[in-house]
Amino acid sequence: MKNSRWLDYALTIIVLTILWYGTSMLLGSQLLPDPLSVLKRLLHAVREEIFWEHTAVSAWRLITALSLAFITAVPFGLVLGSNERLDRIFAPLIYLSYPIPKIVLLPIILMLFGLGDLGKIILISLIIFFQLLITTRDAVRSLDREVVYALQSLGGNRWHFYRHVVWPVALPGIFTSLRISTGTAVAVLFFVESISTSRGLGLYLIDAWGRADYTTMFVGIIALSAIGIVLYETFDVMERRLCAWKNL
Amino acid sequence: MASSPDLLAVTGLGKTFGPGAYPKVVLKDVHFHVGYNDSLAIVGPSGCGKTTLLLMAAGLLPPTAGEIHLEGETIQKPSRKIAVVFQAYGLFPWKRVAENILLGAQFQKINVSQEALTAIKRDLDIENLDHLYPHQLSGGQRQRVALARAMLLRPSLLLLDEPFAALDLITREHLQEHLLILFEKRKFSFVIVTHNIEEAVFLGRRIVIMDPETHGIGEIIDNPNAGTTGFRTAPDYFSKNMTLRHLIEHPHEKQPLA
Repeated sequence: MKNSRWLDYALTIIVLTILWYGTSMLLGSQLLPDPLSVLKRLLHAVREEIFWEHTAVSAWRLITALSLAFITAVPFGLVLGSNERLDRIFAPLIYLSYPIPKIVLLPIILMLFGLGDLGKIILISLIIFFQLLITTRDAVRSLDREVVYALQSLGGNRWHFYRHVVWPVALPGIFTSLRISTGTAVAVLFFVESISTSRGLGLYLIDAWGRADYTTMFVGIIALSAIGIVLYETFDVMERRLCAWKNL
Repeated sequence: MASSPDLLAVTGLGKTFGPGAYPKVVLKDVHFHVGYNDSLAIVGPSGCGKTTLLLMAAGLLPPTAGEIHLEGETIQKPSRKIAVVFQAYGLFPWKRVAENILLGAQFQKINVSQEALTAIKRDLDIENLDHLYPHQLSGGQRQRVALARAMLLRPSLLLLDEPFAALDLITREHLQEHLLILFEKRKFSFVIVTHNIEEAVFLGRRIVIMDPETHGIGEIIDNPNAGTTGFRTAPDYFSKNMTLRHLIEHPHEKQPLA
């Protein structure tokens, strides 16, 4: 990350903290704890093993769900985007199932895959899957016909087509989709961790809320946001490395 | 067909797009041939099927009628003996110049010597562009990179689809001369599709004029002095320009060749 980005983050955090502090003064620290108290609680929490257990479980669920969505949606999107006939077959199914709010499938998924990690991971994956699939497919569809002709005239085969044309064309769109998906994934994670679980930052947050311990609740919010930011920045760094041609 | 003097023979070629009740006829009964170390220019207005013709000759598009033979072999798919240069360069934006140039050789598992690589870059004046991406180059540089990539495969036939159409006049003439330098140095033939009359006269030893009404060939003009860098200042160049212009503007009126 460039120095200017660190500076941007630092400035944003300072501005948000000032706003937060002001709002806390207006509403009263019972309802909205001030940033200093939250920071003190956070520094206390990071010394406790249980906090890291919650964080690690949430991070594991997020990363696994994103990986699962990636390895299923991206190859499928690459094939659909480059194969009109297959796309025509699957398009009605995708258009019908995409707008369904997958979160309502939670009871069914938990019944099928259990209350453990698997059910939660599958639900998050399922929601991200469609975003990633459609972005990947559409990115490949935008492929310039002349580049395909160029590849064929140079003696490129089907493997070369996917490796040297389809994949690099789709990659920037995939990263954009992954960054957007991070926000969705964190939101769904919070939801699934707020029910039937013994570990996870969602539970940590809901538990604190239930005890009216708003300072600890804010520690949970910060921790969940931090996981989201780390994932977002990871995808950003990967994109700048792997799509260097796009960022010059 | 091995004893044929033609490198490329196109016979009865036709192309119709679209199934059903409203097919679109693009080309009908097209015949021409290209000899060894020969050059052919195909001219005609936009939409007359020039690019379709070239794509079929490259084995990139199947014809609906007729046949294309290269050294006696039927062309049904891209051939190692044919290289293509496209109007929008056909470079891969995500690959650096050095990677773009070597891509065909990499696909076809051809070992390219450092000398051959240096020579082609020197001939096309692209020696210091290796680390750049296509969008960092000017239009003229991009097309020279595309030419280098094609020529590195040592094709018998180079097909060029309006390669200089997007370039300004000076760059276009500069690149036409670069092409002729390669043509004089290396043994290959080329077919260039263009809508530019001067370009067709300067580069094509024979000029095929497409007729958009019949979807076929209107005229074929012999232009034996073309294909040399000095031809642009020859008296013949100007008279051939006039003839070609007249034939394009009055397609069904016969004009004695200059």
